[in-house]
Amino acid sequence: MSKLFPKSANKLPLQIIILVFVLGGIATAATTYYATNKYTNVGYAPVQPVPFSHALHSGQLGIDCRYCHVGVDKGPTSTVPTAQTCMNCHNQVKADSPLLQVVRDSYASGDPVPWVKVHQAPDYVYFNHSVHIARGVSCVECHGQVDQMDVVHQAKPLSMGFCLDCHREPEKFVRDPKLVTQLDWKHPRGVEGQLEDGKKFVHDWNIKPPQSCSGCHR
Amino acid sequence: MRYVYLTIFLIVVLGVSIMGFRGSISTRSPLEVFPDMDHQAKYKPQAESAFFADGRADRPRIPGTVAYARTSGGEADGSFLRADQAVFEGKDASGAWVKGFPTAVTIDPAQLLERGQDRYVIYCAPCHGGLGDGNGITKQYGMGATPTFHDERLRTLAEGEIFNVITHGKGNMLSYADKLPAEDRWAVIAYMRALQRAAHATPADVPPGHKSKLGIK
Repeated sequence: MSKLFPKSANKLPLQIIILVFVLGGIATAATTYYATNKYTNVGYAPVQPVPFSHALHSGQLGIDCRYCHVGVDKGPTSTVPTAQTCMNCHNQVKADSPLLQVVRDSYASGDPVPWVKVHQAPDYVYFNHSVHIARGVSCVECHGQVDQMDVVHQAKPLSMGFCLDCHREPEKFVRDPKLVTQLDWKHPRGVEGQLEDGKKFVHDWNIKPPQSCSGCHR
Repeated sequence: MRYVYLTIFLIVVLGVSIMGFRGSISTRSPLEVFPDMDHQAKYKPQAESAFFADGRADRPRIPGTVAYARTSGGEADGSFLRADQAVFEGKDASGAWVKGFPTAVTIDPAQLLERGQDRYVIYCAPCHGGLGDGNGITKQYGMGATPTFHDERLRTLAEGEIFNVITHGKGNMLSYADKLPAEDRWAVIAYMRALQRAAHATPADVPPGHKSKLGIK
């Protein structure tokens, strides 16, 4: 009787086991890398109806974030500005620019400019901007250096792990609330200074960021 | 076996070249791996709505709406229906502009002036300038003549009239009522008065403790 299997078949079980591990490893690595917000959301930079540049208005002109995003220190939502806010200046500055036609139409008709939302929290997250602003969490912590972006993109993952990084160690992030809109501000004494002042702020203002589910979900 | 691993390697290279790297800028909508309940049948502020004819989820106040279930009788509440004309319109009972600050506005220099400075720097300084001289950053970009606060006309203008300008705008300046609630408007006026006083200050106005610091005898 001739041999049914060649001799090399003896190695096959081991080879299959190794292959399963290799494929499993690749699948795990791919999921870790591609299936989280760091890949799916970061870098999202939709085309906006008006090519508004934060780098120009905020970075170069030094207009405070709150000039346009009025609601940010008053309530949960950082409101997208009305067309009237644009027209405060653009009724005179570049008043005839074709790029601003959408804004002028919106101001005349009352229909909003169809801005595309970049930072989209899931509907089961109840995030409140004003409490973060009031306790000295800068815009930059979640939105990146928007004052250097010509086209806004999502810079941070805004995943639950990202939120908890700060909720577990707020002293690494909180600063004097007067400085929240200075996006390039770093503590002059570096990491040590930040920790020292941060701990003081956390203690003095009794900052206890919730880590329970109901803090952000309800 | 070698070919199996070569194929796997090629598939990985192909996968990475299609999927790209983390954080690269893209105009495509975010991928949703587990979209469960990410989008619920509810409206968030400033959201779109397919139900209302104008496409907006935020509804404007219906004309003729009146407040109810609360009375302004008994203990007078000036903020109810904005009844306090001095605070919310800058006018006194006879309709003249309020001079000075309404009694309902608490003038605590540590709070009112600091709040005023904070709000002024955000909302006013881009055009009126940090010093109130009309030389804000927008001037370099073609903003029309912004008046200085330091001439006789604006220094003697009644506070109520300034309040009215912030509320309703004047000339090329549009209303700032959506950005500054009434109490903030009064705070900004207080800070504006401080700027005016500073611009016309004499060495006699400097507190004794600060004189040496500024090199004034």
